[in-house]
Amino acid sequence: MEVEHAEHWQRPLPAPDAAAAPFWQAAARGELIFQQCRRCGHRQHYPRALCTACGGDPAWQTASGRGRIHTFTVIRQYGGKPFRDELPYVVAIVELDEGVRMMGNVTGCDVAQVQIGMAVEAYAIVAAEGVGVPFWRPAAIAADGGRRATQTR
Amino acid sequence: MAGDDPVRMAEYLGIDHRFIDGTMVGGSSFEFHVQHAAAAIREGLCDTVLISYGSDYLSRMGRTLGTGGFRRSHHVDGPDQFDAPFGNSLVGAYAMVAQRHMHAFGTRPEQLAEIAVGVREFAALNPDAMYRDPLTVDDVLASRMIADPLHKLDCCVISDGGGAVVLTTAERARDLDVPPVYVLGAAGAQTHWGISQMPDFTRSAAARCGPEAFARAGLRPDDVDTLQLYDSFTITVLVLLEDLGFCDKGQGGAFVADGHLRRGGRLPLNTDGGGLSACHPGMRGIFLLIEAVRQLRGRAGAAQVPDARVALACGSGGWLSAIGTVLLGREHP
Repeated sequence: MEVEHAEHWQRPLPAPDAAAAPFWQAAARGELIFQQCRRCGHRQHYPRALCTACGGDPAWQTASGRGRIHTFTVIRQYGGKPFRDELPYVVAIVELDEGVRMMGNVTGCDVAQVQIGMAVEAYAIVAAEGVGVPFWRPAAIAADGGRRATQTR
Repeated sequence: MAGDDPVRMAEYLGIDHRFIDGTMVGGSSFEFHVQHAAAAIREGLCDTVLISYGSDYLSRMGRTLGTGGFRRSHHVDGPDQFDAPFGNSLVGAYAMVAQRHMHAFGTRPEQLAEIAVGVREFAALNPDAMYRDPLTVDDVLASRMIADPLHKLDCCVISDGGGAVVLTTAERARDLDVPPVYVLGAAGAQTHWGISQMPDFTRSAAARCGPEAFARAGLRPDDVDTLQLYDSFTITVLVLLEDLGFCDKGQGGAFVADGHLRRGGRLPLNTDGGGLSACHPGMRGIFLLIEAVRQLRGRAGAAQVPDARVALACGSGGWLSAIGTVLLGREHP
């Protein structure tokens, strides 16, 4: 995924532990990764020290960076900075093509265009040294021959 | 009380307790406390349990709970580090559930609004309710959007408030000068904590602890005379209704639109005016129990449900995360 650098990151900053650090470090390099259990194959996000299905040892897999919006909201009122200066904005649960889900903001289109099922692709903003934060925008052109994957109303 | 409040309260009041429980699962903590207290009394660990709650949330923090006022620190660790950078709000978490429910089942905003309208009818009968003026579906839909698809009037109030419930043995309760109310069945369950971990955005843990509580009570949804459901948001009620088995999954919208939950309906909901209109000091679960008891004692005044024999209280903690269901009845089980 593309990587941008934040000039001045004002949002809450992840303070990674051992299990979480590789995710943020990978995103800072432009890679979106998730965990898959070495023993049972279960996929999970957020990253943990063990597999929630069998207790096994999770390994890292690289995701395509593509997914679809499973559900979302448009935040129109928020009390704290910096978010209150960015209203309205979309917070979505994105289901990756690989099956795991993660929360993120959908940018790059009008909030009224966002809907469940919409195809999105990840990009990263580097918030601090070794911390890349994934964001999402409409998947403009699908890989399969230029079909427009973005659903619009 | 939840968290470390009980040890502080025991010290303040000088109570030498034989049983203490500070289970903290959010607004449904008190439904979990009832389950634990009833088990402790049955087991003989203690005879009488005080479950209590007090909060000055509105006076101290203002109306900020639902829209980001609760987040303070810049560096976020633990699972929340994967959600915190994106500016979701408490309202936004429930809005994601509403959005998915609408997508999956065609639930409409006016059906959610109907819940707020019905609860407001009861608030008008409660002199202590925060908002008592009549409300229409159009009023709800015309109120400003906080987090799509939830309008301001789909959201509970923020208030101060407090309450207490005393549990004791059936034998001891017979000597008191108030009619006893019996715990018929109680159960709690959890599907997730953070909203991004919710396994099915249209289904809560009430789908598990509801049937468990009914099984322990030997009752079915048809046996319930009044519902006290955690109405943090209109969507909370809709999901709990379905999960507890009062209608099929996905049919909640049509069910509420039929008016069953209104005053005079067959399943009056939140007869004290609920969190949507009466009070919500941050964790509302204690009030569900108190109103259920008032109904079963026949002391609910103008909001009295005729001949109420069985009441169901169901609390939602977190973001439809930890659900506690309690069935209460007038007659000794």
